[in-house]
Parts: sequence; structure tokens; C-alpha cells
Amino acid sequence: MADLAINMCGIKSPNPFWLASGPPTNCGEQIMRAFDAGWGGAVWKTLGDPIVNVSSRLGSVDYAGNRMSGLNNIELITDRPLEANFREIYAVKKKYPDHAVIVSLMVESREEWKEIVNMSIDAGADGLELNFGCPHGMCERGMGSSVGQEPKVLEKITSWVAEASSIPVLVKLTPNVGDILDPGLAAVKGGADGLSLINTIKSIVGVDLDNFVPLPSVRNKSTNGGYCGPAVKPIALHMIAALARDPGVKIPISGIGGISTWRDAAEFIALGSTSVQVCTAVMHYGYRIVEDMIDGLSNYLDDKGMRSVNELIGKAVPNYTDWGNLDLNYKIVARINEEKCIGCQLCYIACLDGAHQCIHTRQNPCSAFHGESDHGARPRTEVKPPVMHESSAGGEHVPFIDEEECVGCNLCNLVCPVPACIEMVEQDTGKAPESWNERMSKQLGGFGG
Amino acid sequence: MDKLSENRLETRFSDAKPLYTDSEAQIEANRCLFCYDAPCIKACPTGIDIPAFIKKIATGNIRGAAKTIFEANLLGVSTARVCPVETLCAGACVYNDYDKRPIQIGRLQRYATNRALKMEKQSGRKLFTPKKKTGKKVALIGAGPASLACAAYLTLEGVEPVLFEVGNLPGGLNTTGIAPYKLQATEALQEVEWLLQFGIGIKTGVTVGKDIQLQELLRDFDAVFIGAGLGKDKLPGIPGETGSGRWGATELITKIKTDSGFIVPDEVQQVLVIGGGNTAIDIARELAMLGVPEVNILYRRTEAEMPGYAHELESARKHGVRLQECIVPKEVEESSNGRLVLTVENKNNGKLEKFESDWLVYAIGQEKHAARLSKEIEVNDKGWIVVDEATRRTSHPKIYAGGDCINGGKEVVNAVADGREAAKAMLREWSGE
Repeated sequence: MADLAINMCGIKSPNPFWLASGPPTNCGEQIMRAFDAGWGGAVWKTLGDPIVNVSSRLGSVDYAGNRMSGLNNIELITDRPLEANFREIYAVKKKYPDHAVIVSLMVESREEWKEIVNMSIDAGADGLELNFGCPHGMCERGMGSSVGQEPKVLEKITSWVAEASSIPVLVKLTPNVGDILDPGLAAVKGGADGLSLINTIKSIVGVDLDNFVPLPSVRNKSTNGGYCGPAVKPIALHMIAALARDPGVKIPISGIGGISTWRDAAEFIALGSTSVQVCTAVMHYGYRIVEDMIDGLSNYLDDKGMRSVNELIGKAVPNYTDWGNLDLNYKIVARINEEKCIGCQLCYIACLDGAHQCIHTRQNPCSAFHGESDHGARPRTEVKPPVMHESSAGGEHVPFIDEEECVGCNLCNLVCPVPACIEMVEQDTGKAPESWNERMSKQLGGFGG
Repeated sequence: MDKLSENRLETRFSDAKPLYTDSEAQIEANRCLFCYDAPCIKACPTGIDIPAFIKKIATGNIRGAAKTIFEANLLGVSTARVCPVETLCAGACVYNDYDKRPIQIGRLQRYATNRALKMEKQSGRKLFTPKKKTGKKVALIGAGPASLACAAYLTLEGVEPVLFEVGNLPGGLNTTGIAPYKLQATEALQEVEWLLQFGIGIKTGVTVGKDIQLQELLRDFDAVFIGAGLGKDKLPGIPGETGSGRWGATELITKIKTDSGFIVPDEVQQVLVIGGGNTAIDIARELAMLGVPEVNILYRRTEAEMPGYAHELESARKHGVRLQECIVPKEVEESSNGRLVLTVENKNNGKLEKFESDWLVYAIGQEKHAARLSKEIEVNDKGWIVVDEATRRTSHPKIYAGGDCINGGKEVVNAVADGREAAKAMLREWSGE
């Protein structure tokens, strides 16, 4: 079985699965249960000057019957006394010396930072995470994302903490910026030992259409919150990859943002995360989900012949490149497996209205172009339906592809409800690979020469 | 019109497919793939845009969902309940080819129409408002689904229809014939009431040809629609076929559904149902569900040849009904203890056998009485009124027909399609299109 243990800038953990700072890490009792369930580490709910929360704090995006595809919150940092939190941190560390306990912090002045850093170290924390990301409430008081959005301020505070701390310091970044490299590089400059991202995205999760109040409603008023959950995963993956491939970032990354399964986690690790942090999925299903995350990741690593999760870190980063480096002469086309096709024709209508009019039906072999309603379009090629096999599940409803016209966009494959029914098949174009950048440099060379 | 008593045997039945809750409907609606050129639409005789109305349920647009249904089928309330969806829309669902349970289209249609009509009642905001009156008048013979669909469609287009119903209750088989675990007479009448309030006139207890002549209707109305359904239960034509304990299937079903105080006495322990269609299966299952310990269907051919639906027979069997194949009735006698003795020929071996029973029910079809209305209307050798396929017009230029009297007994949804198409044809005729 593959070794899942990690060492992230000196913070050791039996596996890469950490709980992100949030409601699941509010107190020691919770974190001890989480460690019992298998979590390797936990980032303690952000400590600072205890706040007062409002009632009604969460809102969700439900998509086509699936609950909590995205989650939004307006909860602030800890509302419990600092002494209680530190007492519990001490108790957790005493009972679980091999698990990682990272304390998330958010205060204002240099003195306060120094003081809370020392208290955390005294309580036995393995690392610190500076919350420069919270995009609601705290930022109105000059903390959280209002720091994360100002690279100079971020760098300065990071340097205060780095100077005061004898344990690793992670800087948690907000995605609410134009370019994640700006705050990322500022954190590196300030002396951070690692980066955590993404924090939540500034958001309004919905509107109560009966009372005309945004959600979540607090006595008929609302405010912007922080958005997280499965829906934000692609945004997080991009920001992590952008930092991971930057030569100026040589410190490890803790990946956060919509991770619900071992598969998500593996993707984050492959794009440069050393540890991964989970919050929404635990809020949805409980700590127990880590069992499959550990099991699944371990099986995956074994399947891939990797002896340690460290071999996976950043494995996909070299293949993340600029658009200008992609091969213009690579061609794939869609192919429908008519034995699997059930005849729903979602690929047909998606291609007709939402893509490139390359899928046709037996009922309408040239449907985009027939007669009077052609809006000026003309058949680009005349395509005859192929002969069908009797085994086809969708019968006469099975559409077919004009491979000449297919641009290989993947849309049909994405909308098809039947797994492996539409495959994207590589075509030999007979041309050598050539990227846009290569083409441009050749032309420039031509002009110059 | 008569009012139904509370004391009807059918009220003992519970709904086989109860009304969905909001969340059940949401879950089921979200399962729909929203196929393009969907096979379910093509399988629906009224061509309801099924994926569209299901999508509307999923988005919470219940009024829109109901309108999508009603615009194609104004009897969307009853057809949601009585359609054999397993052989129509749901039978065509692409999920059948994907080893998944097909979308429960009937139940979603019931949910949408039920909720929308409730909302209409609460808000007073009508789903449909009839157009300005055109002055055209149509007489409709019979007040079953075909006539109701035709009349309702016409009313919305500004025509004034009047229904002439021979019985005392409107609604046709929806009221008197549908298995009570699918739709009860009270519910059928609620739908009729909703349709009548569009502005449809109705006269019950009127027999055309006796109380009023067809010629009078042709004189006083711009067109006549015949939706007279079928007549009395046919008898097998064997000695001893009538007498106590011997029923026609639709006669017995009507009693279960509409008669006050009708019961199946405890002494009835064994019943033989003769026939192989859906009416035979229905009455057999109803009697079994009402507690008759032994109900046997006797069919003259094999199970594979039965005109009744396989899924209905399967459900009946779950309630204890048994099928005897290749049995032809020959004679009925009464035994000394008052029971019935049916002599049959077993076609498997050619031998005569005797079956004892307390009741005998004939479900071998119904008479084709509509043919008697006028000699000017062409009727085929089966006794069905002949109509033009596109317009449902009979050989008489002012007379249209639809429902069981033109097809010998199909589904309610076919009758609805007939009524709507006839109405459209009349409107086209008058507009000179």
C-alpha cells in the first residue's frame, strides 16, 4: 500500500487530508472525532478577537435536484473565547501527537499578531495559517480578504508573523483578485513557508423571490458571503496550478476548494498541492467521508505504481501550459457507439444549437439547413446516414456525425447521459505538430529573413 | 345531473399510484433527460410535449407545466390517471433502453394538473379563457371523453357546444368504467365540472333518436359530433346465460363505481370472468381486491393472444386472479344449492369440463349501438362508424365522430385526440381554410 504520509514545510501528517478552517474545526471535541475518523490534520477555525455571529448564515446552490453543489456562508471567525480554544488545542495535540494541528489566525496589529502566534505555539500547534481570505464581514474591519487583496499589506503582515514564529507559517489566499500570482508572490517575499488556497469567493447565493431579499436572509436583509463547495473546484485548480508552475513559488501548497472525493484530491495534488483541505463535503456528509478518500487515493496510487503520495505532487503541472503552446494540428472527432446510444438526441440538439452543426439525425439528415428556415446557412457537406446495426438500443433515433465537419469540441460527449457512448477519437491529420506560438515565430522569422 | 352518494363500493379502493408530493415530483422530474424529438411525445396519442412539461415541473413552473399538458389534452387530469403509460409514453422512454426505470410520466402529469387546478381555484386566475363567441353551435351525442374534449376545445375557440347524454352522469367511462384504484367517479366528475365551466351546455337523461331526433340536431346546430361510446355488454349466446348471479362486466363495474349501497355479498366466494381484454382483467382484479377469494378469468385462446395488457394481467395476478387459457363456455346451469355450473370446452384436449361459481361475469365486448343513429352514417362490418382519419368526419358532411364508437374500444386518450381533431376540423371548415 502506498505511503500517504506527507511533510509540508515541516508540518507532518499521516495523510494529506486536512480539515479546512471552518465549522467542522470549531472545537477540540470535533477535531478529535475527525482524527478518529481518519483525518490527517485540521486547520483550527480562525482565532482572533471573538466576534458575534448572525442567525441564518448559510445558503446553497442546488442544481437539478442535487443539494449543495455550491455553499455560501456569512459566518465569521471563532465566537468562542481564545483561552477555551487554546486549552482544547493543547488537549488535542497531547492526545494526537502525530496528527497535524494548524491554527488559523486573524488579528490586526503587529502586537496582536505576535501575541496570538506565541499563544498558538505554546498550545502546541504544528503550524499557523494566516487568514487573508475571508471575503465577508471581517474584510469590512480591515482584515481577511482586504489584506489578501493588497500584496504589500499581505507581505508586511506575513513578515511580522514569520519573524515571530518558530513553527511553519502558511498564508491563506483569497481568490477575489485579478491575478493570484500577485498575493502569492507577496506571501513568498514576506517569508511564508507555504500557501493555502483558495479561500471562499465573494458571492450572493440567491434571492428570495417572494420577499425580494438576497440569501441567506437575516431579518429581511442579507450581505455578500463566501462561496465554496464542488462548484468552485475548477477556479481553485487553476489558481493552484498558476502558482505551482511559477518559478517564483518554491514553497508547498495546501489545496482547497470543492474537494469532496479522493479523485478531487488526486487532481489537486497532481496540480501541485502537497496537502488538501476539505470543509463543505464534511459539512454535507460528516467526517466519515475521509475513509473512502484514504482508501481510494491509496488504491489509485497503487494502481499507478506510486509508492508515495509525494510522487503524485505536481505531476500534471508540466502539462499545464499557455494556449499558444497547444498543437493546432491535433484533431479528434466524436464517434457514437450505436449499440450504447439510447436515442435521446441530446448530442444532436447540443451540437445543432450550441456548437458546430455536425450531428445529424435520420429524421433530419441535414436538419440545420433545410428549406426556408435556413437563415442563409447552406449545407457544408452532404452527409448520408450510415447503415445501422440491428443491435442499436436507440433504434432509428441514433444520430450520426459528420466527421469532416466535427471540430472535436467534446460537447456531445459531455451532454451524453450514457457513459462511454460517445468517444472522441484521434484522427491522423498527416501534419506535424504546430502551436500558435510556433506559427507566429515562423512568420516573424519569415518577415525578418 | 345526479349526485354521487358517499356509499359507493369503489370508495373502498385506494390509489394504486398516489399523488406525488412536491419533493417526489421534483426528484422524478429531475430524472428526465429532456430528450430532443422525444419518443414519449410520439407515443402519446394527443402528442403532449412531455419533456417540456416535466422540465417546467423541475423549475417550479407548475402553471406552465399544466398549460403545456392541457393545450394538447384538455382531459389531462383523467388521462394522467387512466392512460396505460406502460404501453404509451413511459413505454417509449429512452431509459427503457438504459436499464433504468422509465420516467413516471403519468404521475408527473397528475401532479402538475392537480397542483395547477388547485392554484387556479385559490387564486381565481383562470388557466384558460374562452375566446369571443363566434355564433357557431355544435351538438355532441354522449358526454364521455371524446365529446368532452371536442366540446371543451370548441368552447375555448368561441363555439357553443351542447352535450346530450343518455345517462344521468357525464364523463363516460371515466365516471362509470375506470378501475377505482386508478380514478374514482367523484374525481372524474370534478374534471367534467372544470370542463363544463368553460361554457359547455349539457342535457342528461336524453336519448337521441327517442327524446330528440338527429335531424333536429342537424337543423339546430352547425355540426354534430358522435361520441356515444359502446352499448350494453355482449352475451356469449349460450343456454342459461342470463339470470341471477350473471353479470355484464361494464354493468358490474358501473355498479361498483356509482351505485349507492351496492355490495358484493359474502356468499360470493368464486367468480368466473369470461373474456381476455382489459375489461375482463379489470373486473377480475376489482372483485379480488374486494375480497372474493377465488377469481378466475376464462379465455378462449392463449395468454399470448390476449388483447388485455400484460402489465395489467400481472398486477391482477398479484391480487390473486388466475387465468385459465383455451376455455370456451358452452352452457350455464343452476345447481340445487343455487350456485352456477358452467360447462366449458377445454380446447387443449377437446373435452367438456364443469366449473362451479357464485357469479359469472361476461367481458367479451359491448354492442355497437351508435350505428343505429342514422342510416346516412357509414358503418364498417365491425359496427364502427367510419371516419376520415384526418378530420374524424363521417360520411355525413355535418357529422363527426370519435372515441370507442369509431375504434371499437380504445383508450381515453385516443378519444380525447379524436375529439380535439374533430373540433379542429370543424373550425377549419368554418374558417374556409
